[in-house]
Amino acid sequence: METGFLKEQKILEGDLNSDTSHKNSVDFLMNWFRKRSIFVLAYGTGCGAIEMPPTFTSRYDAERLGIRGSATPRQADVIIVSGYCSYKTLRRIIRTYEQMSNPKYILALGSCTINGGMYWDSYNTIKKLEDYLPVDMYVNGCMPRPESILEGFIHLQKEIGEGKVSSWEKYEKNYDFYRKNQEAILGKVVEPSYEADWYLYDGGL
Amino acid sequence: MLFMQLFLILLIAYSFGFLYYGLYRNITARFQLRIGPPVYQSFMDSIKFFLKKETTNHGWMFYLGPIIMMSGAIMTLFFIPLFTTGSDFKALSEYGNLFLVLYLLVLGPLGNALAVGAGGNPFGAMGITRGLSRLFALEMPFYIAVIAIMSLNSSADITTIASSQTTFNAFVYPLLFIGALFSFVGMMGQSPFNVVGAPVEVYSGPASEFSGKFLALLMSQSAIFTFAKLVLMVHLFLGGASSFIELTIKTFILFFFVIAFGSLYGRFKTPQSIDFLLKVPTAISIVGLLLATWSA
Repeated sequence: METGFLKEQKILEGDLNSDTSHKNSVDFLMNWFRKRSIFVLAYGTGCGAIEMPPTFTSRYDAERLGIRGSATPRQADVIIVSGYCSYKTLRRIIRTYEQMSNPKYILALGSCTINGGMYWDSYNTIKKLEDYLPVDMYVNGCMPRPESILEGFIHLQKEIGEGKVSSWEKYEKNYDFYRKNQEAILGKVVEPSYEADWYLYDGGL
Repeated sequence: MLFMQLFLILLIAYSFGFLYYGLYRNITARFQLRIGPPVYQSFMDSIKFFLKKETTNHGWMFYLGPIIMMSGAIMTLFFIPLFTTGSDFKALSEYGNLFLVLYLLVLGPLGNALAVGAGGNPFGAMGITRGLSRLFALEMPFYIAVIAIMSLNSSADITTIASSQTTFNAFVYPLLFIGALFSFVGMMGQSPFNVVGAPVEVYSGPASEFSGKFLALLMSQSAIFTFAKLVLMVHLFLGGASSFIELTIKTFILFFFVIAFGSLYGRFKTPQSIDFLLKVPTAISIVGLLLATWSA
């Protein structure tokens, strides 16, 4: 009888292969390829980023489920907002999210992204990420352990397989709503100036 | 008939390339004491990128870059015969020789350089600068070894070189083989010569700005090109192949050696890798060339 890592693999994959609610075979195949190959942007936005290295390296090995890191937003499918998110970081997250190509997903870690968590009365962090960007999956905890992050990914993959995830469409359709919220916090210029501006002009000062 | 044959060769190279790339990820994972992805993971990745709904474009040169790389890889593949005995799967090898193949090997990187330049991503430009400087250093030992093999056989025809080996060239001229093998590790993008796409320093290097179908095309290109380079190396130094089984075994042994070598060593910086390639493997190749001509 199989035990340990291989058994865990079977249990996780069994969950993945059980979906039947697809429209037709082409949709099913497209969603199958999408769910089995997930590139995660290597970008840590808060304290939860510390849980990501063990998730992707030898101990928890997310690559066995088709989840691997990606260095640039152009190639990424998922951006992880890992914990509290300050106004300054939010500018960067918005630019990065808009640089990613559709279909794209957001995974939010920790209580801070749901309701502000322990930073609920902080002067420079956002309370509810859902107001500024569309979130596909929340992983609860402070901070969630790699096991929980993997479980979050499995749920995300399952929903991608069923064709239920369409947050990028939601963002495009309700762009006014999101833009209004972003501008209310960050002012008229939402996106950060490029670093080069700081050297060439006095934009950053 | 020829068209059918070319299509079949392309299909074989595509599936072998992705199988090998999947094996590379799986074997590297085992080296690192983890389970690793399934063998078909790379194939799924590339199909997923084809299925992306949008792709970033930066003008026509950017658009042409991956296409030039793809055509470079496919042409390289077509001018290398799959088997060196018999008349099957010769492809276009009778219309071109080793000189043409050597030229086509560098066509892809040059096309990529133009596209990356058009993209304007600073990390892409940094990656391509490293890539082209490294390419220059990679060529030295490889070309010296290949030219030595050509002049010793007094032929530039790949089939003639492969079929005239009673014992493998790798054993008859070991120094030439070692010199070329160093370059080959770099050509396969393996450590210690993998500074081009170093994820920590230059993000994905030349591929930074490519997304969606462009990246999918680049992945397919690299799979096909990997297979073509393996077959070329087998023909030049390991006595060619007369059947699929022989070809699979020989390419896999070579491929496994490259992976194992890459897993053992850390990454050289750009100047370090150029210094090393221009000193040690080039010297080995030159000594091999001198010894071979002297004994001949």
